[in-house]
Amino acid sequence: MPTETTARTVTRLAPPGAGRARPRRRPALAAGQILPGLLLIVFLVFFVLPVIWLLLAATKTDAQLVQDNPLSFGSWHALRQNWDALTGFQGDTILLWLRNSALYAFLALAITLVAGIPAGYALAMTEFRGRRALLVTTLVVMLMPTTTLVVPLFLEINAVHLIGSLWSVVLPYAFYPFGVYLTYIYFSTALPRDLLDAARIDGATEFAAFRRIALPLAAPVIALVGFFSFVANWTNYFLPYVMLPESNQYPVQVGLGLLLTDVPQFNPTAGTAAVLRPELALATLLAISPVLIVFLFAQRFLISGLLAGATKE
Amino acid sequence: MNLASPTRPAGTRSKRALRRVRVVRAGHVFVAGYVVLLAAFGLVPTAYGIYFAFTNSANYFAGLSNFTAAARDFRYLPAVGHVALYLVIWLVALVLFVTGLALVLHQLPARRISRLVRFLYYIPGALAGAASVMVWLFMLDPTVSPAASFLRLLGYGTFGQVIEPGHLAILFAMIAFWTGAGGWIVVMYGALNNIPLDVIEAARIDGAGGWQTARRIQIPMLRKWIVYMVILAFAAGTQLFVEPQLISEASLGVAGRDYSLNQLSYDFAFQNNNVNYAAAISVELLVVSLVVAALFVTRSRFFDAD
Repeated sequence: MPTETTARTVTRLAPPGAGRARPRRRPALAAGQILPGLLLIVFLVFFVLPVIWLLLAATKTDAQLVQDNPLSFGSWHALRQNWDALTGFQGDTILLWLRNSALYAFLALAITLVAGIPAGYALAMTEFRGRRALLVTTLVVMLMPTTTLVVPLFLEINAVHLIGSLWSVVLPYAFYPFGVYLTYIYFSTALPRDLLDAARIDGATEFAAFRRIALPLAAPVIALVGFFSFVANWTNYFLPYVMLPESNQYPVQVGLGLLLTDVPQFNPTAGTAAVLRPELALATLLAISPVLIVFLFAQRFLISGLLAGATKE
Repeated sequence: MNLASPTRPAGTRSKRALRRVRVVRAGHVFVAGYVVLLAAFGLVPTAYGIYFAFTNSANYFAGLSNFTAAARDFRYLPAVGHVALYLVIWLVALVLFVTGLALVLHQLPARRISRLVRFLYYIPGALAGAASVMVWLFMLDPTVSPAASFLRLLGYGTFGQVIEPGHLAILFAMIAFWTGAGGWIVVMYGALNNIPLDVIEAARIDGAGGWQTARRIQIPMLRKWIVYMVILAFAAGTQLFVEPQLISEASLGVAGRDYSLNQLSYDFAFQNNNVNYAAAISVELLVVSLVVAALFVTRSRFFDAD
C-alpha cells in the first residue's frame, strides 16, 4: 500500500519535533500535546469501552450485570449458563440464524465474485460498446446506500413470487458494484497492458488471457472484494427484515431484533419466553464474531481497500 | 470508444479490426453476469418503484397524487424533521471529530501508538447494523451501563429518561458515529500521508506550528476527502432505518415506529397496505441519493471514470 510506505519514509526522514527543532520550542510542544492527547483518550474510551463491556457482560448473570462493577469479569459458569439459555431459546434457533447468515453471505459472495471479477477486469482491460456508460453507472450505484432500493426490491421480488425464498436476499446481495469498482481499480493499476497485448499477439484468446494472466494476479483483489462483500451481507438488516417473513429463515441480525423484543427490561410486553440481558449480550457477540475476526486478522488489508480511491492517483 | 483510425495502412488494419471485434465480444461476455445483476437488482427495481409511485392501486396513472398524499400524512413532516436533525448532528460531528482526530493522530510522534489507536477506533465498525443498537441500548440504560454515573450526572436515572424522543437524533448520530467514524479516520489519515512531505517541511521551516500547518495546508488538501465523506454519510443518513426500528421495539413505547422516512415507507407498504405511497417515499429517497451520487461522480473528478 503506497500510503503506508510514505508514512514509513516520513518517520525515517523527519521524526516530528526531533533533531531540527530548536530546544526552546520543546516545552511549548509538550504543553500543546496535552489537549490532543486528552482528545485521543476520551475517544478511545468512547470507541472501546462498549466493546469491552459487551465481552464481559456475556460472562455475568443478570443480577451481576446490575450489581457488580460494569467492567468486572463474571464467571465461566455464568457464561456457560447464558450459552445454554440462549441456545435453548426456541430450540437452537440462534445457531440456525447463524447458519442462515453464513449461507446467505457466502452464496452471495460466490455469485459476486463470479460475476464481478471478470466485469471489473473487462472494464479495466478491454474496449467494448457501452463500457464508459457501465463504468459511470457502477460508480453512481456504488455511492448509493443499499437501503435505498429495499422497498422497490420488495415490490419486484413480490411480483415474481420469490418473497420468503433464499434468493430474495442472496441475489440482491450478489449485486455488488463496489466490488466491480475495486476490481477495475486493481487491474488498471496492477496489470501491465503490455503483458496482455503480448499474449494477444501470441494468439491467446481473450478468455485464455484472462485465465492465465489476469486471474493468477487477482488473488489480492478477490480477497478484498470477498471481505467487503461478506461484511456488508452479514451486517445487512433491512433487506432480510423485509424479504423473509418466517423467523426460522432470519439471518442473525434480524434474529437479534426478535431476541430484543423478548427482553422484559426493554419491552415490558415480552411474553413468557423471556430473554435475559446477558443472553442478549452473548447473542450480540456471536452475531458479530465472524466480522470481528475478519477485522482483527485483515485490518491492514481492509484499510488498503478503504483507500482504494486514494491510491489510484 | 476510439474506433480504428482510417489513416492506418490497409494490411494491419483488417487484422487489427478483427482482433478488436474479438476483444469487443469478449468484453461483453466478461461483463454479462454483472450486467444481468445490475439490471435485475439495480435498474428494474428502480423502474418498478417509479411505476408504483406514479400509479394508483388500480394501476392507473396517478400523477403526483401519491407524493402529495404521502406528504400530507401526519407522520411525514415529523419524519423529515427527524432525519434532517439527525443528519445535521451526525455530519457536523463527523467533519469536526474525524478531521481533528486524524490530524492529531498524524502528528503523534509515536507511530506505533498512532496505528494501534487507529485500529481500536476502527473496531466498532465490526458491530455495524443491529449489533450496534444492542450495545448502545445497554450503554444508555443506567441500571447496567458502564457510563451510569455520567448519565446520572446529566440527570437521567432511568432508561426511559435517556431515550426520550427529544434525545433520539443525538443518540442515533452517536451510534452512527461509533460504528462509522473509525473507518473514516483511517481514510483521512491515509489522505494526510499523501500530502507531499516537502510542502509540510517548507511550512515548518517558515515557522508554522502544528495548528497552522493543519489549518493552512493539511485541511485544505483534505477538503476533497471531507466532501466525499459528507456526501456518502449524507446519502446513508437519509436512509435511517435499523436504529429507530429496533429502538421503537425496545423503548417501552417511548419511540414511535415512524421516526424516519424509511420507516414510514415500510409502514405504508406493510401496515397500511399502500405500496403506492410507500413507493413515492422510496422514489424521493432514491432521487436524493441518485442526484448526490451522480453530481459527485461527474463533478468532483474524484473517480476518473476513464
